[in-house]
Amino acid sequence: MAAEEHVQHAAEHAEHAEQAMTPASYIGHHLTFWQHPVKPDGGFWTLNVDTLVTSTLLGVLVFGFMAWVARGATSGVPGRRQAFIEMCIEFVNDQVRGIFNKSFEFVAPLALTVFMWVLFMNAMDFLPIDVVAGAMHALGAPAFRPVPTSDVNATFALALSVWFLMIGFAIKAKGLGGFIHELYAAPFGAPKLTMNPLSWIGAPLLALANFLFQMIEYISKPLSHSLRLFGNMYAGEIIFLLLWLWAATGLMGTIFGAILGVGWAIFHILIVALQAFIFMMLTIVYISMAHEHH
Amino acid sequence: MDINLTLIAQSIVFLVFILFTAKFVWPPLMKAVSDRQNRIADGLAAAEKGSKSLADASAKSEETLRAARAQAQDILAGANKQATQLVDQAKVQAKTEGDRIVAAAHDEVKREVARAREDLRKQVGELAVLGAAKILKREVNAQAHADVLADLAARV
Repeated sequence: MAAEEHVQHAAEHAEHAEQAMTPASYIGHHLTFWQHPVKPDGGFWTLNVDTLVTSTLLGVLVFGFMAWVARGATSGVPGRRQAFIEMCIEFVNDQVRGIFNKSFEFVAPLALTVFMWVLFMNAMDFLPIDVVAGAMHALGAPAFRPVPTSDVNATFALALSVWFLMIGFAIKAKGLGGFIHELYAAPFGAPKLTMNPLSWIGAPLLALANFLFQMIEYISKPLSHSLRLFGNMYAGEIIFLLLWLWAATGLMGTIFGAILGVGWAIFHILIVALQAFIFMMLTIVYISMAHEHH
Repeated sequence: MDINLTLIAQSIVFLVFILFTAKFVWPPLMKAVSDRQNRIADGLAAAEKGSKSLADASAKSEETLRAARAQAQDILAGANKQATQLVDQAKVQAKTEGDRIVAAAHDEVKREVARAREDLRKQVGELAVLGAAKILKREVNAQAHADVLADLAARV
């Protein structure tokens, strides 16, 4: 099992570098990205190579496989591969149909992309981190984190892309005027200027309240969308690291660390799938909300 | 946990994958699925139609059978009627024929009786003439007394 291998490796790891390795340095080591500064001074102009490479590779594999199956898809009796991919597609399609009552030509493939990609990026957590990081280190990488979704850049990238799509769909559905109108006319209703002088104060206040609420909504959507996924995956990774840290303390630690590691890995399967599902559902919900008129 | 260029790079990768999925993965698979759905629906409709036409055909054959049975019944009844008619006719014919034969026989008998009577009369007349001739002891001129003899014969 991967987890046991992992424990062994962690133990070896600890033995080899008993003097240099402290718990903080072990965890810190595994939470360091392989960063490549695009500009010499770094800062914002840095790329997390591990996140990008892992996620792109996974995407190419997953979507390449799906496209390969789709190319040979038959409307007759499907093979096992095609049946599996169709099952995934039908699952996503059902969710989209359940939420989205408009034409979903673009939303359904978007949801499928989000679901499959996030699922596989999350699933990288099952790989024994010391083996992966050690192998990459041997290949010359300064550091390596194999789970792209525990990088806040990746989750923000997904959430912000969805956010921009959401705004784009909102403008497409309501027109630019309708979109701007909604910014100050929802959720409390459109402010009306009348001859009554009180409304001259009331209307701007109402518009302001509406605008503030809309802003909170627009800011909280990508934040909660991305940070929920990030937090879950990051926490999962930390718990694995703590267990492997325990495994390095001695024989009992190794045994209990392995047992708990297996337990956590099994529970983590649920989290991995659930978080991918939640991310997809929120994507569909946000874009479906963008089509609603107030 | 710092935000850096990865965000933008990852977004671009994401958009590429979305477009890829929307172009190369989703449409062919959905087409296959909906084609299959159509085929299944067509098959079900055809099966429905087949069972309906089967029911129609069996109803039709039932109808034909009933009609044939009724016709057979009619034919049978007609034949029976005709047969009795024929028998009746034959009976009537036989009766008239019999009557005719009986009538003819009666006529024949009557004629025979008449002839016999005529013969008898003639013989009686001759006997009477013979008797008279014997009595008179002489030859009676038959020719001379023919009218007397005829009168006698008519009276016998």
